[in-house]
Amino acid sequence: MIRSDALLPILVMLPLSLALLLLLSGRWGRFLSLAGMVLTTALAALLLSHGGQPLHHAMGGWPAPLGIGLRADGLATLMVMMTALVCSAALIYGEYWFDGAKAEQGRQFRPLAWLLWAGVNALLLADDLFNLYVTLELLTLLAAGLAALMATQAALTAALRYLMVALIASTAFLLGVALLYGATGTLALELISIRVAANPQPVLVVAMALMVGGLALKAALFPLHGWLPPAHGGAAPPVSALLSALVVKASFYVVLRLWMGPLAPLTGGVGPVLGVLGGMAIVWGGWQALRQHNLKMVVAYSTVAQMGYLFLAFDLLQGAGYASALNGMVLQAVAHGLAKGAMFLAAGALVVAAGGYRVDQLQGMASRQPLAVTALAVAGISLAGMPPTAGFAGKWLLLQAAWLNGQWLWLAVMLAGSLLTASYLLKVVAVTFLPAPVAASVGCGQRLGGVALMLALLALLAGFAVMPMLQLLAPVATTGGWL
Amino acid sequence: MSDAALLLITVSCSLVGGIVIFLLPEQQRGWRTAINLGAALIKILCLLLIVGAVLNGQVLSVRLPFLPGADLVLRADAMSLLFAILSALLWLVTTIYAIGYLEGAPHRRRFFGFFSLCVTATMGIALAGNLITFFLFYELLTLTTYPLVVHRGTPKALAAGRRYLAYTLVGGVVLLTGVLWLQQLLGSVDFSHGGVVSVLADSHRPALVAIFALLIGGVAVKAAVVPLHGWLPEAMVAPAPVSALLHAVAVVKAGAFGVVRICYDVFGIEYAASLGVLQPLAVMAGVTILWGSLRALVQSDLKRRLAYSTISQASYIILGVALFGPLATIGGLVHLVHQGIMKITLFFCAGNYAETLGIHAIDQLDGVGQRMPLTTVAFTIGALGMIGVPATAGFVSKWYLGQGALAADMGWVLWLLLASSLLNAAYFLPLLHRAWFRVQRQPWPEEHIPRRPGRETSLLLLLPPLVTALSVVMAGLWAGAPFSPLVWAQLITALEYRP
Amino acid sequence: MTSALGYAIAGALLVAMGLAAMLLHHHLVRRLIAFNIMGGGVFLVLLGLAPGHGEQADPVAQALILTGIVVAVAATGLALALARRLHQAGGDVRLDHPSSREDDDDQK
Repeated sequence: MIRSDALLPILVMLPLSLALLLLLSGRWGRFLSLAGMVLTTALAALLLSHGGQPLHHAMGGWPAPLGIGLRADGLATLMVMMTALVCSAALIYGEYWFDGAKAEQGRQFRPLAWLLWAGVNALLLADDLFNLYVTLELLTLLAAGLAALMATQAALTAALRYLMVALIASTAFLLGVALLYGATGTLALELISIRVAANPQPVLVVAMALMVGGLALKAALFPLHGWLPPAHGGAAPPVSALLSALVVKASFYVVLRLWMGPLAPLTGGVGPVLGVLGGMAIVWGGWQALRQHNLKMVVAYSTVAQMGYLFLAFDLLQGAGYASALNGMVLQAVAHGLAKGAMFLAAGALVVAAGGYRVDQLQGMASRQPLAVTALAVAGISLAGMPPTAGFAGKWLLLQAAWLNGQWLWLAVMLAGSLLTASYLLKVVAVTFLPAPVAASVGCGQRLGGVALMLALLALLAGFAVMPMLQLLAPVATTGGWL
Repeated sequence: MSDAALLLITVSCSLVGGIVIFLLPEQQRGWRTAINLGAALIKILCLLLIVGAVLNGQVLSVRLPFLPGADLVLRADAMSLLFAILSALLWLVTTIYAIGYLEGAPHRRRFFGFFSLCVTATMGIALAGNLITFFLFYELLTLTTYPLVVHRGTPKALAAGRRYLAYTLVGGVVLLTGVLWLQQLLGSVDFSHGGVVSVLADSHRPALVAIFALLIGGVAVKAAVVPLHGWLPEAMVAPAPVSALLHAVAVVKAGAFGVVRICYDVFGIEYAASLGVLQPLAVMAGVTILWGSLRALVQSDLKRRLAYSTISQASYIILGVALFGPLATIGGLVHLVHQGIMKITLFFCAGNYAETLGIHAIDQLDGVGQRMPLTTVAFTIGALGMIGVPATAGFVSKWYLGQGALAADMGWVLWLLLASSLLNAAYFLPLLHRAWFRVQRQPWPEEHIPRRPGRETSLLLLLPPLVTALSVVMAGLWAGAPFSPLVWAQLITALEYRP
Repeated sequence: MTSALGYAIAGALLVAMGLAAMLLHHHLVRRLIAFNIMGGGVFLVLLGLAPGHGEQADPVAQALILTGIVVAVAATGLALALARRLHQAGGDVRLDHPSSREDDDDQK
């Protein structure tokens, strides 16, 4: 019987070694990948069964400051599980999507996706500031590589533009880390929390601004979102799913971690700023999504709007609404990961079947691609925060937090955002009910839509597992992470 | 069988049925029919078992954890059963009708799948034991009816669907705001006879008035109260069984039922009266009754006329609630059932005319009584019921509403009822006159189903309106029989006004 | 002024110069050079502000900087590879498309 904290390194090392194996293996790649998926997801479930009690692990027995520490609490556990589900769906989908002429890209997709999985897990389980930096940087490089996978001019341009922006963001983050380390003399998040609370100096505010600013840039917070739609909208569908569901979410996760822990004493003035930017993202992203004619751009702008919810919630993370806001944020993050992943996968299936990207080419898809349309609709219901999905639970809790704090403006913005979300998704779904044009008949199976639907249904079912999820979060919500 | 299992099966048998229908191939007609009817029969059987328990004075309930401080509660009391049984029975009838109506049409799998989901949502609304559960199923109903409204896939249907969602989603957000607010004041808001908000201190009274407005505003969209009724006439582009479902079984009825639940079991009718919110509600209902009838007069399309008639008639239920007093309550509750069976009869008949002869406009009805006598008899009964002719169900409703108005000392309501009955007569009697007493002047627009001796249209289309028409007469003639809607409404009223 | 503080100030200057260059130039290679200058500046700051113990260098800071250099090299390599592919695909390696204005709008 191995100790349960041994799970943590395995969750990082297993995807990492699989990625390397998949670089070498040719014919057996598909089966290796499938087996790894089952195993890693099972391990994530095993971690989930620990009930959110914090686990620590020092890699190789080396303690901090030189060793690498891993740590899992309820928040990390939930995100690890969400990552496993989204990655599995994207990998399975990739097996079907990269076929025929795209087989070469498929062989590259597999190891890159597995590396991404390893990177996300490492980030979620990181216990010190520098690991957070390294994993963030790793994700940036992988995301750029994945976005460029199709090697078209547009994809390469979008990937490079993303990379440039992300590198500036990373540098800002690293500079913040340097200032924080200089002021506190440690990188362990727990120790920083204690020392910052004991002695909040002005330089720490600069450090915080640099870190949060860099992360907001990577998370495509309005008005720093310009890079996201071309990069996410232009990539291959399984890649878009991974980028939108996980990579931007990772930056948000780091902000949340820092917010609750090390930077908690300094957040006072920054909350309202993030709230305003988040609120503007909800409105602007939703409005832009409504105006797009390209299906994948609709979904990409929807990510901008939904990230707005997550950042707006930082301003709710105070006072009487603290616990509700935290629970709501995490549920929203999980729900958005599942739903947005499903939505990009469904959009990909529809684009293949329709033979084009434009929304008005989707006529007749309700009968020709029922699974993909259902996936799109179910995911959309979750994004719009309608019951009984996980998205509803998240939004309900955020609304509750706004109510408890008396933040009426945010309440109104969030409600309006739901309607905006429903509008742009309705615009897409409605077209699929029109009769199909006679000419269009690209042969395409239901498998892609089926995978998308599986993920969408998870977003639906998660709506019925809210209480167990919140139980996992209870220690985090009461102690604010580390303290 | 335990209470919990019984309630869960009642709600979920159509959900499971719907999912299985989605999974079946389009051509599996036999299996689909079997599942549809099987689920409907199971549902009715479960409800009968529940009725037995409720008559013994039990209140069945099941509670599932859902959100912090807000459980999912299913609860069967007398009021929920009134609505649940109505929709379960009408669902069975409508399903049979739809099988006949959609014979050979495309996308039947999708249609029947969503039809089943829609009934699941309705059953959930009926059996919801608290506001959050009610809200959940209420939104689910919005989502599951959309594909039915746009079923034909024409640009017109899509426009109607967009309008429908625009109204109902905004209504949903308004309702959500109200639910959220009340939740902050009270914690979990479980329905209970006589209301739950009276425990709050008097300082909350202004807030409660606002909450009442939000909650009622949210459900009034589906109940098609003027000026929130714009979606309903547009939604007439949907196939006839869907119209029947929207008007008589699910959507409008869910809205009206929501008003009933909120007034009686959240606020408590006496507390609501003391807040002074019932008077405006009565005025709103009165305006809707008159406006709907007036608009119905000028419609030249048969289904649109019926749609405006629904707008008018559904507000009788709300009027019955708003007139504070047991007699009016009985009138409103019993009209929930009576309006359902009368309106579904009318829509079935309108569907028969359209499907058999291609008749859509009112001036095409001339002489149809000769060609389709049985359908026209059913239509006549439904129309007379709407007018409130004695010996039909409609008379019973109007009688109690009138009595209630007198008891509440609101004479204007009596005039309103009179005016509305006259208007009903004015827009229904010309139809009957055309159908029976005029001779056919032009060939039928499109004769889909040729005449055969002894049968005017296909059997599956003919039986449902006859059955519902018969029930309209029975509910009128034997209003005092045990288990009649009237007796049931009296039972509920006794519970709500118990000191 | 101690030498450590000098490092930090020089580092901050380098970061500012690098950032300005990164925002002002559009050619990818110039931007990458600017990024590396920025990175170098951050490392100097890290070194300068590290809690020193007299003669002894801070091992943690050194480990961090080494890792940071590896990361920067990897990023530069990837970006150059992508730029080369873009050039081969006939694209413009000067990312001055109008929409890139939004990218440059990052924090100062």
